[in-house]
Amino acid sequence: MSSAAQRKQFLRGIPFPFCAGCGGATVATVFLKAVDELGFKDLRSFVFCSGIGCASWIPSPHFKADSIHTTHGRSIPVATGVKLVRPDLNVVVFGGDGDVLGIGLSHLIHAARRNLDITVIMVNNMIYGMTGGQVAATTPLGTWTTTTPYGSYEPPLDAFRLLASAGASYVARWTTAHMAELTESLKTALTTKGFSFVEVVSQCPTAFGRRRGFKNVKEMLRWLKTQSIPIDDPEAASMPEQGETIAVGEFRRRTVIPTLTESIQQVTKRAGKQ
Amino acid sequence: MSRTEVRICGLGGQGVVLAGQILGRAAVYMGKNAVQTQSYGAEARGSAAKSEVIISSDRILFPKIRSCDLMVAMSQSALDVYVHDVKEEGQLFVDSDLVTKLPPSMEVHKVAATRISRCELGSATFANVVMLGAFTRITRLVSSDAMEKAISESVAAKTKTVNHKAFQLGFVLRESH
Amino acid sequence: MSKVLSPGTYFMQGNKALAEGAVAAGCRFFAGYPITPASEIAEHLAVRLPHVGGIMIQMEDEIASLASVIGASWAGTKSMTATSGPGFSLMQESIGYAFMTETPCVIVDVQRAGPSTGQATKGGQGDVMQARWGTHGDYASIVLSPNSVQEMYDLTIRAFNLAEEFRTPVILLSDEVTSHMREQITVPPADHVEIRTRTPPRVGEPYFGGTLVPPMPSVGEGFDVVVTGSTHNEVGLRFTADPTVHSALVTRLVGKIEVAAQSMMDCETFNLDGCDVGFISFGCTSRAVYEAVETLEEQGISAGFVRLRTIWPFPEKYVRELAEQARVVIVPEMNLKQIYYEVQRVVDGAARVVPVNQIGGGELVTPETLCHVAKEATDKL
Repeated sequence: MSSAAQRKQFLRGIPFPFCAGCGGATVATVFLKAVDELGFKDLRSFVFCSGIGCASWIPSPHFKADSIHTTHGRSIPVATGVKLVRPDLNVVVFGGDGDVLGIGLSHLIHAARRNLDITVIMVNNMIYGMTGGQVAATTPLGTWTTTTPYGSYEPPLDAFRLLASAGASYVARWTTAHMAELTESLKTALTTKGFSFVEVVSQCPTAFGRRRGFKNVKEMLRWLKTQSIPIDDPEAASMPEQGETIAVGEFRRRTVIPTLTESIQQVTKRAGKQ
Repeated sequence: MSRTEVRICGLGGQGVVLAGQILGRAAVYMGKNAVQTQSYGAEARGSAAKSEVIISSDRILFPKIRSCDLMVAMSQSALDVYVHDVKEEGQLFVDSDLVTKLPPSMEVHKVAATRISRCELGSATFANVVMLGAFTRITRLVSSDAMEKAISESVAAKTKTVNHKAFQLGFVLRESH
Repeated sequence: MSKVLSPGTYFMQGNKALAEGAVAAGCRFFAGYPITPASEIAEHLAVRLPHVGGIMIQMEDEIASLASVIGASWAGTKSMTATSGPGFSLMQESIGYAFMTETPCVIVDVQRAGPSTGQATKGGQGDVMQARWGTHGDYASIVLSPNSVQEMYDLTIRAFNLAEEFRTPVILLSDEVTSHMREQITVPPADHVEIRTRTPPRVGEPYFGGTLVPPMPSVGEGFDVVVTGSTHNEVGLRFTADPTVHSALVTRLVGKIEVAAQSMMDCETFNLDGCDVGFISFGCTSRAVYEAVETLEEQGISAGFVRLRTIWPFPEKYVRELAEQARVVIVPEMNLKQIYYEVQRVVDGAARVVPVNQIGGGELVTPETLCHVAKEATDKL
């Protein structure tokens, strides 16, 4: 069956609300491709949690599945409640950089620390797009935004290295210009036992590209591709300070650590003996 | 008067809340009504702490004590703060090494609870229960059987034996003067 | 340890009784963050929930605590969190979310002396209005107020029942005194306790409308549930432009509680028929009223009271009934007139309303103070 036809099984048929050229639509397509390639016939075994921001609209209400569209930043703790009660379900969080790395950052770190068996997909457009283009924790240094009219004066945060050190089982970063690598990464993330995190650096033509002087989406995608360097490149180390290069690649934890559900099951067993 | 108001006070960490809890539980085992409340500072150790127990044959309406019949003071500072509302005919129980400045006109029972706990049991931790032993024998407010049962129900399993020993050490104690 | 507490009499702390009430009500998920004077609830459930196949998790803050409770509730499990003032403030956004998404859950606020860190270990009753109006937008609260260790157990079960029956968050508003107090409690046999549980929808039945309290699906059951805090239609789809959808939704959400308000109003009353002096109180303060009324009666002053076991919806009919008889209505509370104004609104001139307010140090208003106020007020008449 053609993948496009197959993917209709995954969608409600409600049109996505994204601006023309938005990376959100690309991420939705690639995610469904990954799910399709993993052999899922529908999304019945999935629960999607998302917060507030453009990326949160990827699953809710468009995916034909259970979805919980939470308050801003709280998709991960809501997902925690769902996963602990129903460990049999595949719980996936979608969110933007503001949602996941800004207001909801502490939940992200703690979910990684706990090795909560969920997948978080962060669409990083380097800006608060929905609210009109304000500076984000991911905005490259010196960028003009509506709240940094003389250029942003804070370095961006590197989610990849943060989560690898916080205890995540799988971490990856790609851009919307790396569709093939992204598809494979999402498949790995969805099949990884434990906490997995995929960052997709994505274009926001409306609130970011336009103001950075990109003429069109094609130019933005070209920029995403040319700025990308492999994560193990020594040059990648300077990334967090500059935010102008995008270190792409994967991190896989070699030692298997128990998931939060497994740890709690152990505790329940211990409690039963007392 | 069927209502007896007891205050056990000291510093955070001396186990005054637990002592009050044991006393209240023992009273309930004897078929009486009991309410225990407490007050303590934000610091886990060292600030003034009190535990108050009301024991009555009637239903206890107001749960806080207003004129104290029996007060146990495990520290000088606690005694100084809380002695003001002890009744004239009330009785005072003090840790004799830690409380030395006593009110002039009041029946005072001096119990070397901390010293006994440290010397006999190797730690000051059980001074609260040593004190309860002496308190039980002198006041006869609750029976020693009820107290022993309440101790078993209130302390951690691994400290049961030593707490019962502490209670007995206090119970057989002759008062020091 | 057994699954549920065996029937019998116990000498137990309020917070522990609350936790046991939750277990008896069927709560199988608890998330919380340490805070005085609520922590014993989390500590006790950490011991107890694994025995009954439940989960207790300490989250990174109170925001995450309530958010995970909401997630667990949508996964089909009765869930609860417990906190005190500062944490209750942090939870307000999610309380609005739970209300808007019709998520049954129980939120315990053990009140201490605020605002801010205030007197962290001392009791207070200053969160009464926050419990009613804490989140933004229009909504209705169900708030219960226990005044004994027995009621910590009983009202927790009631809180879960109301949450499940009305598909809404229910707030159990305790206070430091009642939570930390130890007294006797009688645990009834399990089959003597009514336990209510949400009903799932039939296939195709809307679960965000169609009826005042719609049935509730769980995720993972094939319903393709869409849950959102944005304004949504009967099947959960976002409708953020149409004013009629918003108006219909929020009016129904408030309405489902208003319609049932009469049955929810639960008060303890005494001598409403012929009293000269009436007291209106709730929580720990009501324990002083019991004794004051006894003393006044002994002294020949006819006194009565209404004790609010449900604070919100506000039990107007009881307050009105008291004000029709009593010439003076005294309102003692450990805050600066939060319920007083509400009583004044309902009494509406039918009687003189006298506030008695005491804050700080966790000290209760005493029966002596109340008798004094009552005598002074009646002398002036």
